[in-house]
Formats: sequence, structure tokens, C-alpha cells
Amino acid sequence: MMTKTRWVGKPLKRKEDPRLIQGLAHYVDDLALPGLRYAAIVRSPHAHARILGIRFAAALESPGVVAVLTGEDIRGKLGMVPVAADLPELKVPPHPPLALDKVRYVGEPVAVVVGDSRYRARDAAELVEVDYEPLPAVTNPEKALEKNSPLVHEQFKTNQACLWKLEGGFPDKAFKQAHRIVRQRFTNQRLIPVAMEPRGVVAQYDAGEELLTVWSSTQIPHLLRTQIAAMLGVPEMRVRVIAPEVGGGFGSKLNVYGEEALVAHLAMKLGRPVKWIESRRENFLSTIHGRDQINEVEVAVKRDGTLLALRCRIVADLGAYHQLLTPAIPTLTGLLLLGAYKIPAVKIEYVGVFTNKMATDAYRGAGRPEATFLIERMMDLVAMELKQDPAEIRLKNFPQPKDFPYATPTGVIYDSGDYAAALKKALAQVGYKKLRQEQKRLWKQGRYLGVGLSSYVEICAMGPSSQMPAGGWESATVRIEPTGKVTVLTGSSPHGQGQETSFAQLVAEELGLTPDDVIVIHGDTKAVPYGIGTFGSRATAVGGTAVYLSLQKLKQKLTRMAAHLLGVAPEQVVIGEGELFVKGKPRQAKKFLEVVQAAYVAKTLPPGFEPGLEATSFFEPSNFTFPFGTHVCVVEVERETGDVHIRRYVAVDDCGRVINPLLVDGQVHGGIVQSIGQALFEEAVYDENGQLVTGELMDYAIPRAWDVPRFETSRTVTPSPVNPMGVKGVGEAGTIGATPAVVNAVVDALRPLGIRDIAMPLKRERLWELFQKKRAR
Amino acid sequence: MAIRIAVKVNGRAQVHDVEPRLLLVHYLRDVLSLTGTHVGCETSLCGACTVLLDGQAVKSCTLLAVQADGADITTIEGLARDGQLHPVQEGFWEEHGLQCGYCTPGMILAGVALLNENPNPSEADIRRAIAGNLCRCTGYQHIVNAIQSAARKLKQKSRKKS
Amino acid sequence: MIPRGFDYFSPQTLEEALALVAEHGAEAKLLAGGHSLLPMMKLRLAAPGVLIDLGRISDLRAIREEGEQIVIGAMTTHAEIEKSGLLRRRAPLLAEAAAEIGDVQVRNRGTLGGALAHADPAADYPAAVLALDAELTLVSQRGTRTVAAQDFFVDLLTTALEPGEILTEIRFAADGPRTGSAYLKLHQPASGFAIVGVATRVQLDSKGKCEATAVGVTGVAPKAYRATQVERALKGKALNERIIAQAAGKAAAGVEPLSDLHASARYRKAMAEVFTRRALALALERARRRQ
Repeated sequence: MMTKTRWVGKPLKRKEDPRLIQGLAHYVDDLALPGLRYAAIVRSPHAHARILGIRFAAALESPGVVAVLTGEDIRGKLGMVPVAADLPELKVPPHPPLALDKVRYVGEPVAVVVGDSRYRARDAAELVEVDYEPLPAVTNPEKALEKNSPLVHEQFKTNQACLWKLEGGFPDKAFKQAHRIVRQRFTNQRLIPVAMEPRGVVAQYDAGEELLTVWSSTQIPHLLRTQIAAMLGVPEMRVRVIAPEVGGGFGSKLNVYGEEALVAHLAMKLGRPVKWIESRRENFLSTIHGRDQINEVEVAVKRDGTLLALRCRIVADLGAYHQLLTPAIPTLTGLLLLGAYKIPAVKIEYVGVFTNKMATDAYRGAGRPEATFLIERMMDLVAMELKQDPAEIRLKNFPQPKDFPYATPTGVIYDSGDYAAALKKALAQVGYKKLRQEQKRLWKQGRYLGVGLSSYVEICAMGPSSQMPAGGWESATVRIEPTGKVTVLTGSSPHGQGQETSFAQLVAEELGLTPDDVIVIHGDTKAVPYGIGTFGSRATAVGGTAVYLSLQKLKQKLTRMAAHLLGVAPEQVVIGEGELFVKGKPRQAKKFLEVVQAAYVAKTLPPGFEPGLEATSFFEPSNFTFPFGTHVCVVEVERETGDVHIRRYVAVDDCGRVINPLLVDGQVHGGIVQSIGQALFEEAVYDENGQLVTGELMDYAIPRAWDVPRFETSRTVTPSPVNPMGVKGVGEAGTIGATPAVVNAVVDALRPLGIRDIAMPLKRERLWELFQKKRAR
Repeated sequence: MAIRIAVKVNGRAQVHDVEPRLLLVHYLRDVLSLTGTHVGCETSLCGACTVLLDGQAVKSCTLLAVQADGADITTIEGLARDGQLHPVQEGFWEEHGLQCGYCTPGMILAGVALLNENPNPSEADIRRAIAGNLCRCTGYQHIVNAIQSAARKLKQKSRKKS
Repeated sequence: MIPRGFDYFSPQTLEEALALVAEHGAEAKLLAGGHSLLPMMKLRLAAPGVLIDLGRISDLRAIREEGEQIVIGAMTTHAEIEKSGLLRRRAPLLAEAAAEIGDVQVRNRGTLGGALAHADPAADYPAAVLALDAELTLVSQRGTRTVAAQDFFVDLLTTALEPGEILTEIRFAADGPRTGSAYLKLHQPASGFAIVGVATRVQLDSKGKCEATAVGVTGVAPKAYRATQVERALKGKALNERIIAQAAGKAAAGVEPLSDLHASARYRKAMAEVFTRRALALALERARRRQ
């Protein structure tokens, strides 16, 4: 691509910010429509119960109430909540938007009340009386697999939802030949995404136009449109989905929720626009959760630390029903489980289990943070058992730059990388050798300093359609307007990532304009060609590439038009700043605007030239991209309290070529903090009756400003060969890379206690207990 | 039972009859259509609803509109003056102090309240001052930078004045 | 997110408030800063039929000296207490505790009286109020009575307040010479409440020996308490690290610690010891500086 750039690679401030910093942006709850009605949802207080009856006469008579619906009212009228994941012999239970006959997790929607204000709808919801016959619940996935366990879905006669196996190389043979086998059982605990904006839906039906408009806080407006149309039995062209400003997603809005179809159904039925806004309590109970795997891992190693094979059994708690991608997430763990290392053989078994809990699904990183956590913890255990330095053991097992593209036994092909360069850079920055000396000194003083590494690789830019449940390409239309300004329509659906800016930088670079000449439109299915959406660190690498390809088409048209006007051959025309000129003769030029207008006025066109300047591309990637890097975390653990103080955090990330470094840093910082959340604080806890004990921000700790340090970030740049710009993606790097760095640091700090592993989250008390045990011994 | 309240919001006098249970945040959003103030939780922990009440940062989801009777309220919409962004707004823009933008209005107002009281905050002061505002996107570092940048600008301004 | 409906009164004087409280009885709840009550109402865990807002009674919002006594009105906010020059100078313990409550926004609205009357076992003030030997003034139409902090906290979320009574102010002695205090806390990371909070006062005699100490502990038990065994163990001693550490070992003696999601009873007990030791050491250091 371009060598000397004017816009690409520059830390431009964002075009989307003026509206956001002045309170002028519109999130779903900010929409005001005439005649708007408000929905409130009655949810199950039981994890597992039979619905014996629902009495709602009092609710219906409550002031301002216009409708009350239960599962019976939508039986046969509203389709099931869809699952797009496709695994062999996957058990797919019916998942109605309002429960039918039985409820299977606390928070499951049972009825909906519609009133003329949010206050009155909420009041009436309280008057709906549901008679339940409570049934025994199961919340522990391993117990759910036992013979006598209560069944979440009786018809399957088992709680096992799926069994997926992956084998590459000759793992069993390698284990027989190994000098040493290192084993460990881990838990990747259940997390709650907590996007700051809870979910929300507004729907309006225009009977004259026969058009249903749905505003939803979603990451995937087009896929949502297809699914809502299917659930309602309405032709898709009669449905318009708009993702307005979206207040964070992290995967939790990469989904199709029952409420989205339910609110649409209500709007059609009532002939009035209807709004539903999730409370934080509801968000905790009934928006997807993440992670929740139990992992038994073993690696076979040679005496010198060379890795020979890895085996892993994954028991994944899927919750009560499948959401859009629920059972597919742990397969990503499998694909990435060998991490940044050349391990010739692998054997993975993944068992998906139904429990009486909210569904798990894609939460930032989606299956890959789990994998990185496992392999990076195992690398430290191998180093510990072989008494080698954790940095050395990593360096020894990295594929070398010449090995790329590198095919792993899990069946993916790492595109490009120089893993050692990133590791060495991180070690140099943190002053690794000195830290090791300081550590020894402090240990002698009874102080516990630890250094944790994580050399991660991730699977990004999702992805080749053959590997994706519902298409992995992305669309972009670029239109140069007759005024010379540019409109980009992208199928990506950014909600904080900043593509309104980075795509404008791209356009400005390619067309010789400024980013102010460009607007980027997204999230409206009426305006934008069919697209896939924003998730899996794909918006820039896939969506941006589609923009880039459309720009190439337009450049060709522009140069042809300019050549026509200048009377030279198209190959002789160069695009400059605001003009097109003849190569080597800069004074022989046409203004950009003049060329554009000529294409629209169309008085004189080159032969075969279509009027107008608009191009659409659908980019189908040939492979994923594989960003990588090394994070180093330095902690001190307070012996008396178990408190973990993060003293330093160094991150060296390689996401290929960078369009806007400011945005990249922002993504990395945010990801690291979510990772620190998993390592130190966060855990969704259900009790054995299936009640979510951490059901509010009072009890579920997401990191605050004072919980985290200043991060020292830097980069290496290894372009990806998968797309013409060489970009890889960075949206999930922090969450995929950072968790094991923190945990490794804490375990490293506590080495004098003779421990080898600590379960996440590394709560103070857990660490304090370890000190107590040591003292007792 | 409706109760008459009179408040000044972003410099404009407002008089409305409200239900006593109406939360200040819903008064601002639903009655005055000032939707820049957001709701992120119901337990007074996230800070998305932060506004200035008589100059002090408060969580408008944990205040009844009737409690605010007689108060002078500033929301995010009232921060820019004559088309000129407040230095804290500028700081957030220049330092990339926001991503999805949902926590941003509350975060900015918490920053404004801090700098009104302490024009010279340390990084620890800033992190403490925004501990009541949750952000899930930025990792806070750019927010800290934004407030530091605003502090520098405000100092320059006051130096120019004096 | 939305409370149930209620009737609302905002009396301008204490007399009006007392009359309203008498009239509405158990149906009524007093609204002070509202930072415990309103979240509970929004989650519909509380649904009073009547709210009597004390926010307009300006007499209840003041910090003043009365000779050697400090008097603080019940409607004084945490922020006002935190930033009070008078308190910082003459009796900093309560201000130090106030600074540890919640966050800036909560401190701007939450009130001393509201927090004390709510008697959350993990609230910060009770430890300080106990360590200060504060007296609480409770007023009703029947008259005024004074209750020692020791007697005010009865049990989990339960105080000595009787129906019809309003907590109007608290008073305590300003620090004398050779007195130091400290409040130290282990935060629950989600809510910011205290897993353990320890308020200490150390008063030295003219020879530098311990004349008296006061140790108030919150977060550990269903109600905040005075660690009297610690206090007794220190009295009359020449304080040093070892003696303090030994005494702090009794910080949770005779107490049945709480156990919940965030900390086990065992951990709470251990942290009570650690934070008592640290708070005592800090208070001692400060007392020495004021010699």
C-alpha cells in the first residue's frame, strides 16, 4: 500500500466525538416518537419451574395499560429465538421469546406489559401473578452431566448439548514419548459483559407503507433484520433495522434476543410505537454472559522445554438455551489453543452442557481469551516444572518469521508474525532482568513481587465465510457525491471503535481529500447494503478492506474520466491533493471537483463509462488475521491482605498496519482493563438454586479508574498478507492477551509459597488464604 | 399527587408539575428532552447520569425531581458556551477519552466538578474523582489524559486573564 | 429502576417534620440524602407510602463548635464533613471516614444522619462515631433525648430510633492535645462499602504513654462495635509496634463476624486485626506529632 501517507497512520481525533461530548447523540432510549408505548417484562424468579398459570387481569386494569401478553399469546405467532451455530449433532431446544410451559433460568421472560409510560408499565408488571411449580435446578455443568441430574430440556434425556472433537498430528504418540507431562485443571469463570448502555428496542409499524422499523442497540443490524423478519413471518424488505448510537457491546449485542422480535410484534399488533429499555438488573440476568469453561489441559514436553503435544477437555456451561452463537464459542477456544507456539500435535474434546443459567455467548474475545489463558498458564507451568525462565521457554517454542504462513495442527493458518520480536521488545521495556533481581531481593524481605508474561496470538478479522455461521465477508459502498464530498456506507456497525474516523482517513488518503470531506454511514439497513456487522475484530480488516476495494474502483473511474478530460491515457493520470494530474506534468491537472462533476453531468464520457461515481464491494477474506504480542504485568501482592497492586503493565501489540494509532491504543487499554477485571475481580456467581448472586453492580465488580495503572503500550508492525492494506484488527487484543499476564504475575509472586495455580478471579481473600496455609505448614 | 417544581437547567428556568416519584434523570430526559444524561444502573454506582446540581456532581438517578426544586442544574448539553466547547470536552475529544460515548457525559461532568474544586489534580486525584463513573471501553487512561489536558488549558486561560 | 408511587412532603422546619412523622407513622420514611433509600425503592425492595424529605430543613445542616464540643447536624453531607476545615483541625476522624464513603457524587448528596439511621453494617461512619464517643440527639413530639453511639446501633439495619423520632444532630468532644486518630478501610471492590473499616483514636499522657484509645470497627459484625479488649490492652502502656500488634489481635474478640460473597468470617476477622493495627499505628504517629 501507500508508503508516505497523509492521513493513514495519523492519530486523528474522532469525527464521531462532537455529538458524543455534547450530549447530542441518540441512543435507543433517546428516541421520542408520537404515541410511544412502553413495555415492561415480567421475568422468572425461578431457575427451573413449571408455569401453572398466569393471572394478569389486575395488570390489564392498571392505569395506562394497553396490553399484557404471555407465552400463550404468541404461541405459533412468533418464531423461536435463533441459533446460527452449527455443530454436528447439536441439540437445539425451542427458545420462545416468552416462556411456554416452563422457565429454565432466573430472568427468563414470562409476560410483557405495555403501558403509556415507563412508570405505569413497570407498576403493572408487578401485578402480573404467575403460579410456578418449582423444579430442581442444575447450575454446575459437571453435575449436569451426571446421570441423576435434573434435566434442563427433558426431551433430550441428557444435558449434553454437543460434543466436538479436534485432533491434529499424533498426540497420543507424542504423550508416550514425552520426557514430562504437565497437567492442570483450570476454570475460565463466567463473566458479565456490562456494556454501559443496557439493551433497548423501539419498534414502529407504518401500516400504509407496510414497513416495520426497529431501532435496536445491536452490533449486527442486517443479521437482526433477517432474523426478526423470519421470527415475525414478515418479508425482509418490509423490515428496516436501525442501530442508532450503541453504548458498547463487547459481543453482548452480537445477538438476536427475544425482546427484539417481541417489541416488533407488539408495535404491529398495537399499531403504536413501542419502546423497551433493559434495566441493569435485567441486563445482568438476561443479556448473554461470557466464558464459563472448565478446562483440563496437559502438555507433553521434552527435557529441553520443546513442546510436543497438547490435550484438552473443555466442559462449557452453555446455560439454558442457545443464543445466536452459544455453542460455537468454545470451538474458537479449540482452534486457538496452541497459542503462539509450534506444537505438532493436539487433541481437544469439547462438551457443551445445558444448565439452568443465562446463555453464554460471545463476550469480547469469545473463546479466544480462554485459549490464551490456558496455553499461557501452561507455558508458565512448564517453565516452573523444568526450572526454566518463562521468557526462554516461550522463545524456544515460537514459530520463526520464516515459518509463516504457519499451519497449526488445529487447522488454522497463522498469516504472519514475528513473535520473538514482540517478546524481546516487551522484556527490554519492562527491564526484565533487573526485575528478576529485584524480585529475589524482595522475597528475602517477605515481599511478593511477580512478573507475568503473556505471548498471545489471536484469530481476528472474522472471517472466511466457510468458517463462519452466517457469512464472514463485509460490504462497503463509496459514493463520491456531485459536490465532491464522499459518503461511505459500511456494513460494519461500529459502536465506539471509531470507524467513522478511520474509514474517512482511508478515503482521504486514497482520493486526495481530507477526512472532513467524508461521512461514514452505518447501522441502517435502509441506507446500507447488506452487511455482517462489528464483532470479532473485523470492522477494519474486513469492513475497511471493502471500503478500500470500492475506493480502488472509484480511483479507476476517476483516472479514466480525468484522462478523458485531459486528453491522455488513463495510465498517465495520478491522483494528487484535490486534483488529478498527468504523471510528471503537475501543471497539466484537473480539479477533483471538475472530474467528479463531469462524471455526473455526463455531457462527454469516455467510451463505455457509466455515469456517476459510486462503487460497492463485498470483501470475502481468504483467511483470518492473526494479531499477536507480548504483555508483561508486574505485581506486588500484599501478604497481610492478599491485595494485588499492579506496579507496571507493558503491552507490545502487533495488529499489522495501523490506520489511527490513537484508536488502537484506546482498544488496547480497554481490552486490558476488561482482562484485569477477569483476572482480579469479576465472576458471575449463581447459587445452587440458580439465583444470580452477583446480580447488580453492588456485587459484580468491574474495574474502576483507581483499580488500574497507567499502561505502557507500544507496537511492532507485521503486515497481514490477507488483505491489501495489511491490517489485522485490534478490538480484542487486550482481552485476549492480558488475563494470563496478570495471573502469571500473581502466581509468580507467590512462588515462595510453593503454589502452582490459583483460581480466577484472584480475590484478595483467595491469596490471603494461600499465605495462611503456608504459615500453618 | 403532582408537585410543582421550579428549576434552572442550563441557564433556563423551568416550571413543571411532576409526580413525586419522578427521578431527576427522567425529568431531564423525558420532560425536558435533554437526553444527553444517561441511565446505566439503578444502584447509584455507574455515574452515567451525573449532572451538576448547584455546581456539584450528583447522580441524577438517585435524586427525585422534587428534591431538586429550586436548584441550578447543568447537564452535558449546557456545558459548551456560545458554540465553544468546555476545555474538559475538548480534552476528551483531543485525547480520545471516549469510545462508545455512553459514560462520557457523566464522566465529563465529573471532570468539570473536579477541576472547579482542584485546578491542579494529580493522576491519583483524577482517578479518585472519577471512581464513581464506570467506563467499560477506554480503560480510563485516555480519560485521565483528557482531564489532565483540560487542567493545563484552564490554567493557561486563567493565567491569561490575570 | 422506577420506584412505586408515594406521597411526598418537604417540611421547612423540624416541628413540621415531627408533626408529619407523627401523623403518618409507620407508613412514612424519612428521606435524607436518599443514597440508600432511593436505590432500594428503585429495585422495589422498599416501597414507603409517604416520604418526608428533610432536605429543606436548613437548621439540620451545619457543623459548629460549642466550647470543646463539635456539633454536626444530621443533614450535613459527607462532602461537607470531608472538607470541613473545622473538623480537619479539631476532630479529623469523622472527616477522614467521610472521605472514604462511596464516591464524589454520593458524598455530595449522602448525609451523616441518613447513613447513621440506616445503620448498614458496612457503612463507614458508625466506626468513627463509636470511636468518638459521640452522642446522638433524637427528637420527637414527645421531647428530646440523647443516646450514646454505643446504644444507638442495635442490630443489622436497626437503631435506637423509635417511631416518631428524628435524628437531628450528633456531638462529640474535639481532640485534646496529644490525640491522634485514623480511619482505614478495606473496600469491597464492587460497591465501595467497607469489608472492614477501623476508626481509632489514641490519646497520650504527658509522658507519652497511652492514656486512652478508642477503636470502632465496621463491616465485620451485624453492627459496628467498639473493640474494647483492644482498648483495655493498650491503656497505660508505652505504645510500640509489638504492643499494638498484640492488642490488635483482639479486634474481633467475642464477635461473630459476617460471612458473605465478598469475604468470609475468617477473613473479616483477620482483616479487622490488620486494619486495627494499622489504624492504631497511624493514630499513634499522629498523636505524637500533636505533642
